[in-house]
Amino acid sequence: MADITMRVWRGDPGGGGFEDYELQSQEGEVVLDVIHRIQATDAPDLACRWNCKAGKCGSCSAEVNGKPRLMCMTRMDQLPEGPVTVAPMRAFPIIRDLVTDVSFNFEMAKKVPAFDPAPPPEGGYRMQQIDIERGQEFRKCIECFMCQDVCHVIRDHEENKPNYAGPRFFIRFAELEMHPLDTNDRRELAKELGLGMCNITKCCTEVCPEHIKITDNAIIPMKERVVDAQYDPVAWLGRKILRRHKLTAEEAADRG
Amino acid sequence: MTTVESAPATPVILGGTRGGPDKPTLRKDRWWVSPVVTVSVLTTFVVYATWAAFSNRNYYVGADMHRNLISPFYSPCLTESCVPGSHPATVITWWTISPALLILIFPLGFRFTCYYYRRAYYRSFWWAPPACAVADAHVRYTGESRFPLIVQNVHRYFFYFGLIFNVILTIDAVRAFQQPGLGLGVTVGTIVLCLNAGLLWLYSLSCHACRHLCGGGMRTFSEHPIRYRFWKFVTPLNARHMQFAWMSLIVVGLTDLYVRLVASGTITDFKLF
Ligand code: SF4
Ligand code: SF4
Ligand code: FES
Ligand code: FES
Repeated sequence: MADITMRVWRGDPGGGGFEDYELQSQEGEVVLDVIHRIQATDAPDLACRWNCKAGKCGSCSAEVNGKPRLMCMTRMDQLPEGPVTVAPMRAFPIIRDLVTDVSFNFEMAKKVPAFDPAPPPEGGYRMQQIDIERGQEFRKCIECFMCQDVCHVIRDHEENKPNYAGPRFFIRFAELEMHPLDTNDRRELAKELGLGMCNITKCCTEVCPEHIKITDNAIIPMKERVVDAQYDPVAWLGRKILRRHKLTAEEAADRG
Repeated sequence: MTTVESAPATPVILGGTRGGPDKPTLRKDRWWVSPVVTVSVLTTFVVYATWAAFSNRNYYVGADMHRNLISPFYSPCLTESCVPGSHPATVITWWTISPALLILIFPLGFRFTCYYYRRAYYRSFWWAPPACAVADAHVRYTGESRFPLIVQNVHRYFFYFGLIFNVILTIDAVRAFQQPGLGLGVTVGTIVLCLNAGLLWLYSLSCHACRHLCGGGMRTFSEHPIRYRFWKFVTPLNARHMQFAWMSLIVVGLTDLYVRLVASGTITDFKLF
């Protein structure tokens, strides 16, 4: 006897709607299992993207009961009673059913300047654990793009997309900014790519399946670095004076 | 033969028709509980603090009651109108209205620009967004990239001022052990003032600007071992910043209320030993 109702979005850029599928629940199932069963029985043309079924490839992102979730990591028995709605990610253009076009993210990825270390000293690079461990948290990212999807800056404001890298790339900025060997100064860029648009409401952190503390450990530290570079009047004055000193030293050198 | 280089670039779509229904949210859980609680608590605090700041009385329990308790809203009491005993010396003579209004601007500025409170009020008062995956209530959005919200970046200066206030309120808490005419002792009021000072320190030390200034801003920790230690120390506190923000807010309000009730004679400050 059917005891679960899956309310799945069916559609493409031309439009669509929710369709209900009634199924018998099975022990230990996740949402993705049920979607696969629907494909196998009622709707062989139901499109969904998946790969690892282990929460590691970041392909199966969708909105389950209105919240971005990995379908393969969302257990059916932990969802509340009643129909389970499964919709595609809202922030990205739809291709079909649960599949969206996430190219936006790859375009933004291109705008983050690559790792740029100084030439290696004799004997090669050396780094200490304490200098690289902060960035290791950010490398857990599986690029599910749910943080990008939930971020209201683009989710609710399409017009911001061209100028907003989004939380996934703010952690990339932070990772490189905290890397002991990197020589780029990404603070100006982080500002240009919308760091100031983020209002630290922390939804990205709430949805991240890798539990990366995106806001606390990447965005806020980057905002503070931008303050150092741009808005801190005392630091600004300090730099002015230091630069003046340097200039005087150079002038002195010029004069011999 | 087509190579990767010679293949025509696929046009990239940044935007386009979205999937899913055109609804503000599909969430069915009670996402509105948190904004409602935030609005209620913050509004209550602001209303109470405004009233307390303007009331300009009952903020100090002095020698006539064998106590030395001052409300955190009125400390340091720097104006001529401060009740005798509540202040070390009169510093400001031209200020004639409530002395609280002179100083509250700093703690309020500190909390207003705090990263945690920003999250709280952007969500609950401004609805940008009210909860995750619930549409924000504005047609246009520029976040903190423009005036006036760009001013939030001054937070670290309020942090510095906050430290000065913490020192003053800690001195107040120590002075609360004095019981003029009776010697030293501990009363409920002493404990309340100590708790208040302790929570304010935890709130300040867990601040994100503090974490950055302590050492978070460094690229390489190994070159700055002392700052690394500071950073290591404040990082776990920082993870609890939200809890400290709420606890210290509520306790600072209750501390004022306690002093007020004792000063007005409504309750007696119970002496423990
Ligand atoms: S904290 Fe910032 S980046 Fe993260 S979801 Fe909120 S606005 Fe977007
Ligand atoms: S940061 Fe987290 S939510 Fe964002 S893409 Fe990476 S794993 Fe997904
Ligand atoms: S299928 Fe790989 S993360 Fe879900
Ligand atoms: S006091 Fe909250 S972040 Fe500084």
